[in-house]
Amino acid sequence: MSVASERSVAPELRRFDLQRLLALVLKESRQALRDPSTLLIAFVLPVVLLLLFAYAVSLDAKDVRVGVVLESPGATAQELAAAFSGTRFLDVRFAHDRREVEDALVSGALRGYVVIPQDFEQRLAQRGHEPLVQIVTDGSYPNTANYVDNYARGVVQAWRAGLEVGAPPQPVVLEPRFWFNPELESRRALIPGAIAIVMTIIGTMLTALVVAREWERGTMEAVLSTPASVAEILIGKLLPYFVLGMASTLGAAALAVFAFDVPLRGSLAALLLLSAVFMVPALGQGLLISSLARNQFLAAQIALFTGFLPAFMLSGFLYEIDAMPAPIRMATRIVPARYFVSSLKTVFLAGDIWAVFLPNLAAMAAIGALFFLIAKRATRKSLE
Amino acid sequence: MAGSFFSFTRLRAQFIKEVLSVLRDPRSRMVVFVPPILQLLVFAFAATLEVRNVEIAVYSQDGGQWSHELVQRLDSARFIRRVHRVDDPQRMHAMIDRGEVIAALSIPGDFSRAIAAGGSGKVQVLVDGRRSNSGQITVAYLSAIAADVGAEVTPGAQAPAPAVTRHWFNPNLTYRWFIVPGLTGILALFSSLLITSLSIARERELGTFDQLLVSPTSTPEIIVSKSLPALAIGTALGLFMVAAGVFGFGIPFTGSFALLLASLVLFIASVVGIGLMISAVSMTQQQAILGAFAIGVPAVLMSGFATPVENMPLVLQWLAQAIPLTHFLVIVEGSFLKALPPGEALASLWPLALIALATLSLATFFVRGRLQ
Repeated sequence: MSVASERSVAPELRRFDLQRLLALVLKESRQALRDPSTLLIAFVLPVVLLLLFAYAVSLDAKDVRVGVVLESPGATAQELAAAFSGTRFLDVRFAHDRREVEDALVSGALRGYVVIPQDFEQRLAQRGHEPLVQIVTDGSYPNTANYVDNYARGVVQAWRAGLEVGAPPQPVVLEPRFWFNPELESRRALIPGAIAIVMTIIGTMLTALVVAREWERGTMEAVLSTPASVAEILIGKLLPYFVLGMASTLGAAALAVFAFDVPLRGSLAALLLLSAVFMVPALGQGLLISSLARNQFLAAQIALFTGFLPAFMLSGFLYEIDAMPAPIRMATRIVPARYFVSSLKTVFLAGDIWAVFLPNLAAMAAIGALFFLIAKRATRKSLE
Repeated sequence: MAGSFFSFTRLRAQFIKEVLSVLRDPRSRMVVFVPPILQLLVFAFAATLEVRNVEIAVYSQDGGQWSHELVQRLDSARFIRRVHRVDDPQRMHAMIDRGEVIAALSIPGDFSRAIAAGGSGKVQVLVDGRRSNSGQITVAYLSAIAADVGAEVTPGAQAPAPAVTRHWFNPNLTYRWFIVPGLTGILALFSSLLITSLSIARERELGTFDQLLVSPTSTPEIIVSKSLPALAIGTALGLFMVAAGVFGFGIPFTGSFALLLASLVLFIASVVGIGLMISAVSMTQQQAILGAFAIGVPAVLMSGFATPVENMPLVLQWLAQAIPLTHFLVIVEGSFLKALPPGEALASLWPLALIALATLSLATFFVRGRLQ
């Protein structure tokens, strides 16, 4: 009640005041930097995450453990088996009986096996419709199973092509060229995306917690009852985290380029602009969560389930949006990280392609504005 | 004094109080149970490394029969949503740049002629390397289509297919069959980690920890009463999600339920130990939550859920063995799809038991340190 009356008594005090804002920013910055957990999240976690995305999270199946069951005693079968042990993508174990490898497939010691059948020589000579070899994969890891299948087929095909020197050439030959990432290192596509995850953690998670704590302890009401306006208070709260997020992005980008060999083909200015605009929905979401939850446990859970996990799973960072069912594809449109991930991959790997950036910037700004509007409404309501 | 060390009445009271502190508020009650279940629903469909609904551009300078045949086959391919026909290379490059298509085929003018003359028709395929994994799968699919066209060219002299493939445990490689069991572990992990890491930190921030210290409650009672609610909630959540996987998503459950239950309890217990340690070193709830996060996220990334453990460098593979989720994932995936025999399950169960023992005793040590 006292809040409401004060507001009607001294409306001129509630106007925007730069000096007051500065004081608030200073206070919030001190508060943020004093807490070691802020620094942990803003500077240590990004480094750990980037390290993990550089070394641990890899879709590039190298040295896949595969068994080769040699049932045929023939010389050509031996040659094919030798061709398998010569590939650098497969880590081959030989056996003469399928039963030896079947158990290994269940335990996960092998991800698949290739059977060179007893009548392999006949199949090769006959040119019939019997396939040359059988490939069995561990389907419980579908992506690895795909790789095993593709690699093993590739080995057989290459071996056969070398065998039939006089044979007619393949009528249709594809010559794939991978743009932007010719080495096909998944890390180059993952690390830029990881920056979006880091920024989501700082922007949404940290902000949600900090503001929720004020509500939980009742200090938010106290701050609101001061002459400072709601806008000043919110900007004062958010600005330090904005700066923190940008600093952390710059650090992460430097690490990506200099330590992990990710090219930055676009301009630094574009990267900064994209990051700054992404902070709007990230901070807005954090603010919104805190003003709805007003309790740190709730805020943390909501930030986790609406901020971090969608940024991880619905942003196209790791999982392709194209492959998702239509209703979920629609849902990804309100995940701000989606627009940021696609822009980041482009600015790092492809260059300044404004045809990609502009719609993404517009979408992020629009979502951010929406979050702020709702958050402002929720904050004001509490005063009455 | 002997009676004051461990009393079941007091433990019961303490346990009820802890459960209430998590579940009293209807909003936190909702937040404990509803989001994990919603997430399971959304991510079960979203998290897929399959390639579907992609768009492809074709720039054909050849009006002949074989390019026509190739494009027609692309049109009817199931993984392609739309084939854009473009008539200048600039446009094709722009579409790749903008990420509108994942790949673009450039068919040269002499394509059909070369094939008719008994040679090879070469098609250049530009692939968006920003999507390296899907790009590679797309190229594999396109190669299969090219081989089909090739088979049509020389129907008589067809060489035998190089291989026939069988995918065990998951014949159609449905990604959901892999994701849902894994999500069970991850969502249960985050819920129980957050609940326990907040338990002591909240008391400290609100100042009630001192009251706890002067009450007759003993250290083991505090630890047991602080871990049991999270253990119960985490296990219930995990079981519910296993049930959702079996009955909701129709994923075959071929293993032993008793074994899965035992490993679920051990898994949650080890997570609770980690949560208590975080809670003991945190001064505020914010520190506890961020600490839980800083531990939980890397643990999930290294557990083999996002990408297989065997793709990692050796040092990280060892480190991954210390993460309870790594072992639980092997058991839960195996119990669903592979009819994991008890011997194999034990190979992952004993490390899990060891980790649980280690984290819980460390937690006792940390909390005792706080109490003195």
